[in-house]
Amino acid sequence: MEQALPELASVPWRQRTDARWLRRWGRIWQGWTLLYTVPFVIAGAGMLWLEPLAAPVAIAAFAHAWIIPELYAFRGASVVRPKGRRNPTAEPVAQGLLGDLLGHEERDLHRRTGLVLEHARLGVWLVGEAGALLVTAGGRRVHCFCVRATDAELPPSDRVAHLLLALREDEEGFATVANHAFAGAPWRVRRRMPERMRPAVGAARAAAR
Amino acid sequence: MSRLIRMDGTGHTTLAEWTAQDDAAFAAAVREFSDQRELGFIGTVPDGPGKATHVRELPRDADLVIMRRPIAGG
Repeated sequence: MEQALPELASVPWRQRTDARWLRRWGRIWQGWTLLYTVPFVIAGAGMLWLEPLAAPVAIAAFAHAWIIPELYAFRGASVVRPKGRRNPTAEPVAQGLLGDLLGHEERDLHRRTGLVLEHARLGVWLVGEAGALLVTAGGRRVHCFCVRATDAELPPSDRVAHLLLALREDEEGFATVANHAFAGAPWRVRRRMPERMRPAVGAARAAAR
Repeated sequence: MSRLIRMDGTGHTTLAEWTAQDDAAFAAAVREFSDQRELGFIGTVPDGPGKATHVRELPRDADLVIMRRPIAGG
């Protein structure tokens, strides 16, 4: 029996993604967000203070301060958007197998939202077809990971099952193989997700508290 | 009855079935498992809620062994 995820061999240069790594990246993302938001806010406020007629330019600066974080959050939310072929013929079979791997509540949440909620040591995961969200302890921060099964022909539920099994084999290894796309407040990601998926974020936050 | 299945474009395919007492069926399952590994599939045993184990050899006592494709950062 082996515990390390075999796919780690394909990314030998990466530092293992553990709780400390996640805390550090969470802080870096927070600092980065402030760094590209605050100057625009100060510039806009400064322009209004110096010359009220510069209001249109100030509004443009405020808009930049709002739009750039939104674009990053959109990128984070995009990791769990449905992607690829739907394969409707095979999907019911794949759903049956995935359902066998889940408890009743998780199965129900997947049916409603398309995301699988998984409790683990780093936090609460929401696993989608081509990515996963990790809500860390306390429910105040979400990390978005882009990761997928390497077979494009798989039906959607099989893609989820691939990621779920890999996550269960080696959580830190799974997070290491995945590409980190975003970290920030869950509400920022939630409102950029497809409406159907949003209740899953609430469930993950509640489970992470 | 233990099962070896592969997740693929059909949902999943049952590759082999065996019981602890049936040596011939288990030997056939071991061959199938080995062939799938050579094709790049990874053997995983679901161990109940929240747990799964990567296996390099087919465990005789496992109820279900799933062959999956590798994952990669997107």
